[in-house]
Amino acid sequence: MSFAHLPALVIVIPLICAPLCVLLRRKDWAFVVAVLATWASFACSILLTIQVMEVGTISYAMGGWAPPYGIEIRLDALSVYILLIVSGIGSVVAPYARNSLLLEHIEERAHMFFSAYLLCLCGLMGVTVTGDAFNLFVFLEISSLSSYVLIALGSDRRALTASYQYLVMGTIGATFIVIAVGLLYQATGSLNMADIANRLPEAGYTNRTVIAAFAFLVIGAGLKIAIFPLHQWLPNAYTYAPNVVSAFLAATATKVSVYILLRFVFSVFGVEFSFETLPTALPFLVLAVLAMFLPSIVACFQKNVKRVLAYSSVAQIGYMILGLGFVSVAGLTASILHLFNHALMKGALFLVLGAVFYRIGSCHIDRMAGLAKRMPWTMAAFVGGGLSLIGVPTTAGFVSKWYLILAALEKGWWYVAVLIVVSSLIAVVYVFRVIEAAYFRDAPEDLRDVAEAPISLLVPAWILVFANFYFGVETSVSVGIAERAAQALMGAG
Amino acid sequence: MDVQDYIALAMLLPLIGTVMIWMSGPRPNQREVVTVVTAILTFLCVLQVLPPVLAGENPTLIITEILPGLPLAFVVEPLGMMFALIASFLWIVTSFYAIGYMRGHNEPNQTRFYMCFAIAISSAIAVAFSGNMFTLFIAYEVLTLSTYPLVTHNQDEEAKRAGRTYLGILLTTSIGLLLVAILWTWFAAGTLDFTKGGILKGKIDDGLVIVMLFLYMYGIGKAALMPIHRWLPAAMVAPTPVSALLHAVAVVKAGVFTVLKVIIYIFGADFLTETGASVWLMYVAGATVLLASLVALTKDNLKARLAYSTVSQLSYVVLAGALATSFSLVGGAMHIAMHAFGKITLFFCAGAIMVASHKTEISQMRGLGWRMPFTFAAFLLGALSVIGLPPLGGSWSKWYIALGAADAEQLVFIAVLMISSLLNVAYLIPVFARGFFGPREEEAAQMADAHHHGQEPEPSGHAEPKSRIAEAPLFCVIPLWITALGCVALFLYADRLYAMLEPIVK
Repeated sequence: MSFAHLPALVIVIPLICAPLCVLLRRKDWAFVVAVLATWASFACSILLTIQVMEVGTISYAMGGWAPPYGIEIRLDALSVYILLIVSGIGSVVAPYARNSLLLEHIEERAHMFFSAYLLCLCGLMGVTVTGDAFNLFVFLEISSLSSYVLIALGSDRRALTASYQYLVMGTIGATFIVIAVGLLYQATGSLNMADIANRLPEAGYTNRTVIAAFAFLVIGAGLKIAIFPLHQWLPNAYTYAPNVVSAFLAATATKVSVYILLRFVFSVFGVEFSFETLPTALPFLVLAVLAMFLPSIVACFQKNVKRVLAYSSVAQIGYMILGLGFVSVAGLTASILHLFNHALMKGALFLVLGAVFYRIGSCHIDRMAGLAKRMPWTMAAFVGGGLSLIGVPTTAGFVSKWYLILAALEKGWWYVAVLIVVSSLIAVVYVFRVIEAAYFRDAPEDLRDVAEAPISLLVPAWILVFANFYFGVETSVSVGIAERAAQALMGAG
Repeated sequence: MDVQDYIALAMLLPLIGTVMIWMSGPRPNQREVVTVVTAILTFLCVLQVLPPVLAGENPTLIITEILPGLPLAFVVEPLGMMFALIASFLWIVTSFYAIGYMRGHNEPNQTRFYMCFAIAISSAIAVAFSGNMFTLFIAYEVLTLSTYPLVTHNQDEEAKRAGRTYLGILLTTSIGLLLVAILWTWFAAGTLDFTKGGILKGKIDDGLVIVMLFLYMYGIGKAALMPIHRWLPAAMVAPTPVSALLHAVAVVKAGVFTVLKVIIYIFGADFLTETGASVWLMYVAGATVLLASLVALTKDNLKARLAYSTVSQLSYVVLAGALATSFSLVGGAMHIAMHAFGKITLFFCAGAIMVASHKTEISQMRGLGWRMPFTFAAFLLGALSVIGLPPLGGSWSKWYIALGAADAEQLVFIAVLMISSLLNVAYLIPVFARGFFGPREEEAAQMADAHHHGQEPEPSGHAEPKSRIAEAPLFCVIPLWITALGCVALFLYADRLYAMLEPIVK
């Protein structure tokens, strides 16, 4: 097999395996196919990352049609970084799904689940690899539609309304993005993103069409990212989705949406237009700071721990947007790095909650009281992920914050640095509320003899917890690629 | 084996011990043997690092580079050497003591207790050996987190509340202030290595030095400067071995140790005196010394009184750091050792009294000295050392800090030290005195009470006061005598300690 077709293969594998899962109809076979497909994609992603790190940007013409007319697959440091996150999380979560689904009353439809799961994975990876703006929208819709299905599978009936709410908001977001792509096509006559970037100066940066395209794109992507205050869909979607889906989406979907924002704002529109012609940085900064605080405070008062994590996600998105708003290499590095680290910590925490739900059928903080005695490994994993979420040194979360604060200091904005620090203290409160309940309260009467979660749930959760600590100490890979991606993005402008 | 290996082993052994303690959880005897053996081996490893340090070398161990330019590095210099020696030696003593105390008191969750204890010691040694501020910060945070389960050991409402205060104050200050200070230092100086003469000189505006010093001093919550001292009295809900080793030695000393490290190796003593940035700190530390002593006077609970005494004594070291003369810095460093031995003795005594007679309030201890003469005698030695009277170690450190104050022409602080000594007398000696003097009706009533409950009749009354000795278990009494004699030894051999510490100011 030649490596030349790897860029296509990485998305083709899950795309082919998705219908295969349905055709097989047997949940065990579907499970095997899904796991193998995700692992194959992950392996491809690693190979691609190595290749990109060695030779630089890879361009692959789909079907041999030369860009800008044919569809181009274009991989640079940023793309492979996000690709790595998505496929990595995907391949950790897939083996977890099998047992987790048992309790969600959907095991007889497991083959459907795996099909939707692979489609979602394919869509998310497709967004990151494609070099074509319209193609990006198509992949985004593949991932969105399949994620509506995945969320609606939740055992709680409220999953349906949550999914519907997400569908409405997500569709508005996607529509805005496609409008933006249409306007850009009108202004430049091209759909290839690199090509658009080249042609935009000709079209003129004061061109109203271009400005309107920019506005639609930022709002559309903002909806999909759940930038505060466009985050209303997120808490419900994460809370009522099946646990395995919450883990997968929380760790990947918002990251890919941030990727769309970064790709368009920095690569396509360019730094000069986005931040000098238009005053974009300030609103980003203000919203980011609000996001760091308000949802964090809300998280402190939630009873459902999944909801706590969901609100915490909105807050963490604030950090990513903050780094973006600095418009500097350091800020972008922090932002991109946090995409990676946040995927690790939220993935780990949601997987832990899945294990909790598996045993006690709830993620309510009162039901989790005293759980540490019965499920020591599960709760220890929660502590590990929680420490990373707070940003304790030697965890991945700390590395992100370190870079983010340095970026703020580099700008001379020490008060922003202080705000970052203060906001992470709020995380201490909501994480320790859960830890205190699990370790220091007495278990409810009916939950006195629950057993430890099965090993098939614990292993994936612990892999991610371990990754949180590994990437908190060994940062050359995670920071190295992020730095290169940031430099490329800033250089493009 | 190289010195590097011993440095690594000194931090790794307690962690290996943690795993082994966990595995031998259901077998208490094996578990406690593991604890004691680990403690002894750890101390021996630390001891192996001593000769090169005495010879003037700085053994270095670099594990990995976490962020570019920021390695996880350990560099042993005299100050850290001393702290590691104290922590690891007293861990052995405390391990024996803990066996007596925890069994005598029938404490639950003993396995978790010994495990967290070992992790805390490992991180305290890591703090001592840290080669840069970044490594120190990591170890400092691990120390906070690993002692949290010890503070909340009892798992009741009070312990939970105390745990919240503990974690709340220590994490808030360390993340909210210390981390900011570290980042700022890194940003300004481009390094966080502990360097003789400091790294900040010429790197930040002279006017901002005060702000930076404020961030550091209040960021190091473990130094318990007022008004962020509340976590320390709160932590007293923990079992007494924890209060003794961690909240009189390892944790709080890690705090003041970091203060000295920052003043000597980050700011540089000369830089501080030139800019005068530390004058406010002298007054805050001086005020803490006096105020905490006054609060201690009002406490009837023995452990609470000792806790406030610790707050007061910690500020001696901060004061010594703020004075920033060579006498005061060495004196402050010596005070870490002197106070460690004195205060751990006092806590051991408090715990022994609790185990033997279940008394926690000083007012209940009338006549108790006749029943526990060994414990009370050791208490007197520890108290005299904390007060600073010869022939006990505490007198030397106070002497040098006072010399430092004279050197810095801050005579008012000599007065502060003297008044503080008087206050120490006022709150420590009555505990001892109450044990032997004063009316013994309490004891008589006790006897009558015991008689009433059908125990064997005891000859009671004033005629034969020493008729009944009811000491704590030997596992409690021997350790507290070891540390009490340690106070005497520190008086006699203070010159060696001085010679060892002198290089830090040269």
